[in-house]
Amino acid sequence: MRESSTESVRVVAEVARESRARLLAILASRERDLHAAEDALADAFAQALETWPVEGVPTSPVAWLLTASRRRLIDGLRRSGSERARLERLARTIENEVASNLEIEMWPDERLKLLFIAAHPAVEASARAPLMLQLVFGLDAATIASAFLASPSAMSGRLVRAKNRIRELGISFDVPESEELPSRLRSVLDTIYAVFGTAWEPADGTEVRWTELRDEAIRLGRLLVELLPGRPEAEGLLALMLHCEARRPARRDSQGRFVPLDEQDVALWDLDLIEEAERRLASAARHRLPGRFQLEAAIQSAHAARRFGRGVDWADIALFYDELLRIEPTIAAATARAAVIARIEGPEAGLAALERLPESAIKDYQPFWATRAELSRSAGLRREAEAAYDRAIGLSDDPGVRAHLLGRRARIVD
Amino acid sequence: MKYAVLVYEGLEDYSARTDSDRAGAYWGAYRAYSSALREAGVAAGGTALEPPDRAVSIRIRDEKRTVHDGPFADTKEQLGGMFLIDVPDLETALEWAARCPAAAWGAVEVRPVLVMGSDSAQ
Repeated sequence: MRESSTESVRVVAEVARESRARLLAILASRERDLHAAEDALADAFAQALETWPVEGVPTSPVAWLLTASRRRLIDGLRRSGSERARLERLARTIENEVASNLEIEMWPDERLKLLFIAAHPAVEASARAPLMLQLVFGLDAATIASAFLASPSAMSGRLVRAKNRIRELGISFDVPESEELPSRLRSVLDTIYAVFGTAWEPADGTEVRWTELRDEAIRLGRLLVELLPGRPEAEGLLALMLHCEARRPARRDSQGRFVPLDEQDVALWDLDLIEEAERRLASAARHRLPGRFQLEAAIQSAHAARRFGRGVDWADIALFYDELLRIEPTIAAATARAAVIARIEGPEAGLAALERLPESAIKDYQPFWATRAELSRSAGLRREAEAAYDRAIGLSDDPGVRAHLLGRRARIVD
Repeated sequence: MKYAVLVYEGLEDYSARTDSDRAGAYWGAYRAYSSALREAGVAAGGTALEPPDRAVSIRIRDEKRTVHDGPFADTKEQLGGMFLIDVPDLETALEWAARCPAAAWGAVEVRPVLVMGSDSAQ
């Protein structure tokens, strides 16, 4: 008995991990009500934990959970006595009968719908990545709040408001039609990248959950490419994430200190991931529609040359940054471009490029000050370098980055 | 909006202040943090405190005074100082709190500064 109970709990946990998002997608796209779908699914999981240890694990646990969740939702309809509600109940009960006899593998993958809903333009921009984390990854509000550096109560409120808005507006969960698709897809890509970026720089390298988040974001990138083929920017995003992930083992030294790209041991870069990234980027480029993510992936691809024993082509990288700044000017791209200019024309030229950036954008932008510190040091401007290092250290929220910069600053004196 | 960024540190961290191996990194991190606050135009005051073993606590109950050495509460991390910052919202305050060196080794608490109304300030 004890054994079967442990076994049931293990199966419930496994189904929750593997299939929760698919189940939620199926339920929510029908209901157009994320709260109701989430509640029904949570009830079904609770019911599974109660009954499976006694009655044994069903042959298809996922189908069982779907049937149980749908029954909850149908129960909800019973409260209304109208004729329409009666017919709706009957129709759903028929659907439920059919569904429970099919294996989940035979249903279309509906997770795409959750991605499009989470990144819907009606959802406020700051709620999109958190909502995606909750719907697709099943993370709780407190964890999401920590990831986005928000208070948990404020984050809960933001998530509830987003779901209410989706329900009140009666937004369709369908994957958008071709006309609307490009702009809606763009928002999905931005949101997946925001999830990846949030998980990218953990304050502490041992935080397992962030590793899982990155893996999930990459998995979503792969899913998107598979379910929506022929979208070059989706492939570009996947290539970009894979390149970043490939270098992760080299980004910290044994004491957790940050190691800048130039100084990384390329032997630690993951060759399989780099090759997958390159295949994706090559496939995207065939469409002749380079966008933001393809350009960013191309920059990473140029750096990856070192893994194959070749030098980095800085002129190519400069070209990619110029185009990136033309289509989507950001302070991040402008700062990175200045560092590339310094490579090609010398530190003074890089500093001059930094000089042109607006004060309001740089005053609390850490990478600007770190770049300025490095370039000032190369140019022999010791006092400027020290001041810029201080500013960069003070703006770091990562102890590994802080330790790296303190070390760099201390070495100027020599 | 003004917020207090309250810095809590453990005994290990207080000893880093005077330990020759660690003092450089400790003070370097704080010096850089306060200069970043100043340069970004958000610094609105604050102070550092001597370690908790320099504290003396007083309570008065039923006209009876009790004075003892040390901080009033015996917790692992003790208040070591505070930064006052003036930023648009709590989110920005949390960003600055995450940059505070103690976030990585002790704890940092963010609290809105109480705004005294005309009634309560009498």
